[in-house]
Amino acid sequence: MNIVVAIKQVPEISNVQVNPETGTLIRQGVSSILNPFCEYALDHAVRLKALCPDIRITTVSMGPPQARSALMRTLELGADRAVLVCDRKFAGADTWVTALTLAEAIRCTVPDFHLIFVGKQAIDGDTAQVGPEMAEILHLPQISYGTACEITGNNKKIRVQRETESGYQILETRLPALVSFSKGENIRRAPSFADILSSRKKPIDLIRAQDLNIADQELGLSGSFTQVVKIFPPLLKENGPLLSGLSPQETTATIIKLLNTIDVLEKKEGSL
Amino acid sequence: MMLINREKCNQCELCIKSCPFGAMTITEQSAQAGDECTLCGCCVNVCPQGAIAIQRTPVSQKDLARFCGVLVVAECEERQGLLHPKKVVYELLSKGRELADKLGQTLMVIIMGDDRLADLTKLGHHGADRVLKCVHPLLKEFSTDGFTAVLSTVIADIKPGVVLYGATPNGRELAPRVAARLRLGLTADCTGLDIDAENQLVQTRPAFGGNIMAAIIAPRTRPQTATVRPNVFPVNFYDAAKIAEIREVSLVLNKSMIRTRIVQEVCLTEEQEPALEEARIIVAAGRGYQTQENLSNARRLAKKLGGVLAASRPLVEDGLLPHTRQVGQSGNTISPKLYIALGISGAVQHLVGMNGSQTIIAVNQDPKAPIFKIADLGIVGDADAVVKSLLTKLEN
Repeated sequence: MNIVVAIKQVPEISNVQVNPETGTLIRQGVSSILNPFCEYALDHAVRLKALCPDIRITTVSMGPPQARSALMRTLELGADRAVLVCDRKFAGADTWVTALTLAEAIRCTVPDFHLIFVGKQAIDGDTAQVGPEMAEILHLPQISYGTACEITGNNKKIRVQRETESGYQILETRLPALVSFSKGENIRRAPSFADILSSRKKPIDLIRAQDLNIADQELGLSGSFTQVVKIFPPLLKENGPLLSGLSPQETTATIIKLLNTIDVLEKKEGSL
Repeated sequence: MMLINREKCNQCELCIKSCPFGAMTITEQSAQAGDECTLCGCCVNVCPQGAIAIQRTPVSQKDLARFCGVLVVAECEERQGLLHPKKVVYELLSKGRELADKLGQTLMVIIMGDDRLADLTKLGHHGADRVLKCVHPLLKEFSTDGFTAVLSTVIADIKPGVVLYGATPNGRELAPRVAARLRLGLTADCTGLDIDAENQLVQTRPAFGGNIMAAIIAPRTRPQTATVRPNVFPVNFYDAAKIAEIREVSLVLNKSMIRTRIVQEVCLTEEQEPALEEARIIVAAGRGYQTQENLSNARRLAKKLGGVLAASRPLVEDGLLPHTRQVGQSGNTISPKLYIALGISGAVQHLVGMNGSQTIIAVNQDPKAPIFKIADLGIVGDADAVVKSLLTKLEN
């Protein structure tokens, strides 16, 4: 059984600054990591593999050459093979083109996949769009916000426990399928020395634009449906007063006063 | 145009059953689409042979203008056995009204559910010109496949210029699915929407944890689609005299189109609390306020204010609250009207998840806690004493 985990490399802390003169992102000095939700998705694949050793895990990432280090990490964490989808022509892709490119890269490199796992969102863009868009492009059913999963129905189905607003739900669907993962019970693991050593022998394949059946004008910036017209720093609001040494009663009075000015005390839920 | 692979097609007729427009027929060789076909794409995923594909060519500038009207997708929640539109729907209607007026076009709202749909006249009072009502037993609960099929069908048919969704868990699942099916540009989690001089939708959204804002357009796809964070736009349109035309949409939906099955549904909270992303008021507890008594008081305070309880990452990792209640980078990104942080110091990973809150009150022992840098009211002191005193005051 083949499981593909689509992953993204993201800046470590969201302290990316904007160059006020050029309006572009200053990425220098910000280290990169494997997006945590992608790591959870990979962890679920690794757990399934522990139960069913004939599972083969391929991680796929579209990104600049540096994204190789995030793929290295997935190999250390238990993936069998990695694919870097990298070309200057992919630059500037919006979520639609990213999904299209990744879907095509998966079709080319793992044509007989049974499952695609993704993180529920990347912590830099927060869009949560690439997973569902990829599922639609590949005509797959999708289950989102998964926290646990098991293969059932004689390796033909997957059952996924997913977070809902009031608790959880267990959904089942036929393979092939796409599942996006939220956090769940898995804790991020550190790979052992043996894992790191064995990961060195695992392949990282490179996919270029010419390897995909997509016309150049449908890739990257020129293929994107959305266009960023302006990037600007958010309006920073000034922080309010910092009070100390007040009695609980004085504090309460101050808070109530503020609650009254922002009009949250009268209008309770259900007023609509 | 629709491409049918005659070699793959085995004339199983599933596409006929799934076509909302009755456009499919079976000829001696294969399935065929008639003039009624709107390229909604419902048949593509249903075909077990993978014989149907849709080739979409970019819309020309002239054709873009044919897409007209603003459509709000109304998500429902169950209250007292009936399906009511969520609060974010009214926020979208107020904003949608403003956009429709700027464009000089109609404001429509689509609502999907089963026979439990509540009275919809309020949608008119809040700005809608037309309500598209989609009722079907298979729309009883949300399914990505079922809702995508209905929505894609309606959008392909009525051709709106703008479609707006609430950025709720379901909305964030549905919108990209529909966008990919119809080949549309989609912008997630918008906090600002406007119309520019060329009548295009300008969508503003935060990126990189709120450190930058990006203004985005979709110049060559229609409709332009966006998800909008709850609590960002005010509900500022109300006219009791405004009545919307309610139009029942005839639907074709069958079980084969819905590929996921609910095996089990478990409710952990006594009453259904709104998702954190939709909560108007959030009381959040951190390391400095984490005993059982603390949390029960925090929950009481949240309830008293009509809000919900949340927590920072350490408390969720200790299992004190579920992950759905975690605020921050590896949890939920929220934008409530009021955020009360109790005993939360405010690591950057926490701040990026909640810096979109309109008003922030923080209580912490450490005057140097980073959360105070973004708080509208900072209180250096014991969260326990503050909460107890607030509860006494509010409960009397």
